[in-house]
Amino acid sequence: MSPEGTDALAKDTHIHGEAGAHGEQRAGAEHLSREQQVLERIDKARRRKAKVKDERITLAHGSGGKATHTLIEAVFLEAFRNPLLEALEDQATPVVDGVRLAFTTDSFVVSPLVFPGGDIGDLAVNGTVNDLVMSGAHPLYLSAGFILEEGFPVADLERIVGSMSEAAASAGVAIVTGDTKVVEKGKADGCYINTAGVGVIRHDLQLGASRARPGDAVIVSGPIGEHGVTIMLARGELDIEADVSSDTAPMHDLVARLLDATTKVHALRDATRGGVATVLNEVATASNTAVVLEEEAVPVRPEVTGACEILGIDPLYVACEGRLVAVVEGTVADRALQALRSHPLGAGAAIIGRVKDDPPGLVLLKTTFGGTRIVDVLVGDPLPRIC
Amino acid sequence: MRFVDEFRDAEKAQALAAQITALCEPGRQYKLMEVCGGHTHTIYKHGIDDYLPESITLVHGPGCPVCVIPMGRVDDAISIAEQPDVILTTFGDMMRVPGGQGSFFDSKAKGADIRMVYSPLDALKVARRNPDKRVVFMAIGFETTAPSTAMTVLRAASEGIENFSIFCNHVTIIPAIKAILDSPDLRLDGFIGPGHVSTVIGCRPYDFISAQHAKPLVCAGFEPLDILQSVYMIMGQLAAGRAEVENQYSRVVPWEGNPKALGVISEVMELRPYFEWRGLGFISHSALKVRDSYAAFDAERIFEVPGVRVTDPKACQCGEVLKGVIKPWECKVFGTACTPETPIGTCMVSSEGACAAYYNFGRFSRDRVKEAIRT
Repeated sequence: MSPEGTDALAKDTHIHGEAGAHGEQRAGAEHLSREQQVLERIDKARRRKAKVKDERITLAHGSGGKATHTLIEAVFLEAFRNPLLEALEDQATPVVDGVRLAFTTDSFVVSPLVFPGGDIGDLAVNGTVNDLVMSGAHPLYLSAGFILEEGFPVADLERIVGSMSEAAASAGVAIVTGDTKVVEKGKADGCYINTAGVGVIRHDLQLGASRARPGDAVIVSGPIGEHGVTIMLARGELDIEADVSSDTAPMHDLVARLLDATTKVHALRDATRGGVATVLNEVATASNTAVVLEEEAVPVRPEVTGACEILGIDPLYVACEGRLVAVVEGTVADRALQALRSHPLGAGAAIIGRVKDDPPGLVLLKTTFGGTRIVDVLVGDPLPRIC
Repeated sequence: MRFVDEFRDAEKAQALAAQITALCEPGRQYKLMEVCGGHTHTIYKHGIDDYLPESITLVHGPGCPVCVIPMGRVDDAISIAEQPDVILTTFGDMMRVPGGQGSFFDSKAKGADIRMVYSPLDALKVARRNPDKRVVFMAIGFETTAPSTAMTVLRAASEGIENFSIFCNHVTIIPAIKAILDSPDLRLDGFIGPGHVSTVIGCRPYDFISAQHAKPLVCAGFEPLDILQSVYMIMGQLAAGRAEVENQYSRVVPWEGNPKALGVISEVMELRPYFEWRGLGFISHSALKVRDSYAAFDAERIFEVPGVRVTDPKACQCGEVLKGVIKPWECKVFGTACTPETPIGTCMVSSEGACAAYYNFGRFSRDRVKEAIRT
């Protein structure tokens, strides 16, 4: 389209025709090289070591998007660097005396504390259980750390702890250690919970975002975005009512069924903060592949679609708490799909796309309308604190 | 979904695309500006470009109300937010927009009480709930959002809510389009007109575009088929040598606009002599301020506002990018001083802005993207 014969997504990105100074002339090679120089400069900047430019932490650093990644790489990874952490998966998988363990931690600061379909208690158990099972681990033990605000009603705490206990029983884990701190009124928002978990991996499968290969199929285990939309509506800031509740659930059985059906699974991720789009960007980047999605194939409940349309949000970026994304070898896509569908949590599973070799690091979407769009990493999240 | 899916029908889109292609003069390049940020979003979200022939380029206009707020006004709002007992309320997408001294997000991190709301009425709710605080609403947007801001001021007045005020940054669309049309280096063939603004102002104000500048303008809806149909209508005008104002969005936009909404705006607000636009500079009579009769609800009168002008860096060429004169990578500060992490001008502020999109994905050829999708 552009006369230089470079393409540069020019039309997608609304880049206009030739520069005024050049009139209608077809620009020559020097023109092209100027553009190439600029692109190379950007590429160099991209490869530069991550650096936090902000003086203070902003909410964007917690959104799960670009700012979060920069913070993790520039501050935490820089300070703690070791081979187990470098994988930047949702859990570490150390080998101790010949036994492969999975080890993870997660903090929960959701507001409101109680919402349709769950509360901060079962969210805190399920979230950590799911981070363990995504490595193919059998989850065993959890810790629970509470930060409580002075004045928090004991009855509310009892309710939250009750649902933690039920969630632990359903997931077959025990909460075996914990800690309590109380801070002055105003220094916390009622109740924060941190859970860490440990499990054991009893097979030889190596799962990870970097293991995706061209030809793989991308599967999602059910309709997406329900947790995030539920939390948005539960905050009562929008006068929208929709019959939607959180999908929070432990996925240990669902993953067991998948891994029993096929060993040709390359990556598993639960699509929490930042949603399916964020997970797939991590896959594309870590494995240096392209992930190509069919919008039509992505399962979304009409209530979620409706709420997202009104809010101007894309469901692909909305958090789930009981949905996984599986990247499996193309040859076993149908078998994997049937295995997921055989479990109630995976009844709505669908193959939503494929992994390809080019363009590396990109997630592309073929829209229902028949167009093409690049699904970028979220810059910042307009909705803080979704889990 | 009813009333949505009908406007996203791929078969109808293909038929329209064929008709659009048939209207293209061989060898001629067309540049059409979609004035409104909402249209840009639709075009990007649905991949509408894929339906257009190579010879038609869509140019993203100045109609993103968040991106055109100049740095100085962001700094002014932050200085209000940092005064004692103030709660500043704002639409979410304003949070990231950089001023000279950082964004609302940065100010919030330093301790200012800045809250996101979904409408000015929500801001009024915050004022009711916090009678000991001074609640300020960061009012932004074109004529689309001005009526709801004005209605909120009227409600605050009738309920006697004294701790509520607005920091008024409402802008008007016509002077911005005029500014673009008046530039000597303009290279646009037609306009996809802003549908939502037109529901308020109607279609008549665009007459000068066809009469004085001989360019077609078609008021367009926001679904993908709306936009394709509008492009088809513009191309039809160009092929026939016509330049008229047409209304593709007649299911929503009355030709005469909405007199009631206009009445509410002019009850509460009046034109400013001039206002600064990020990337476009000062444009006269292009923005609204609160009238004297509602001074009690005007944050600019209630608070000491520094009113410091932060000049866009000299090298920022957003204006030229907006007018389709240069490409993002030809701007002097592109990719060096101005990046998505440290945006200077409007085109880098919004992730759908021409510069941000090019920064993120310019290295990928369109052909490669299409090839990946094709299978």
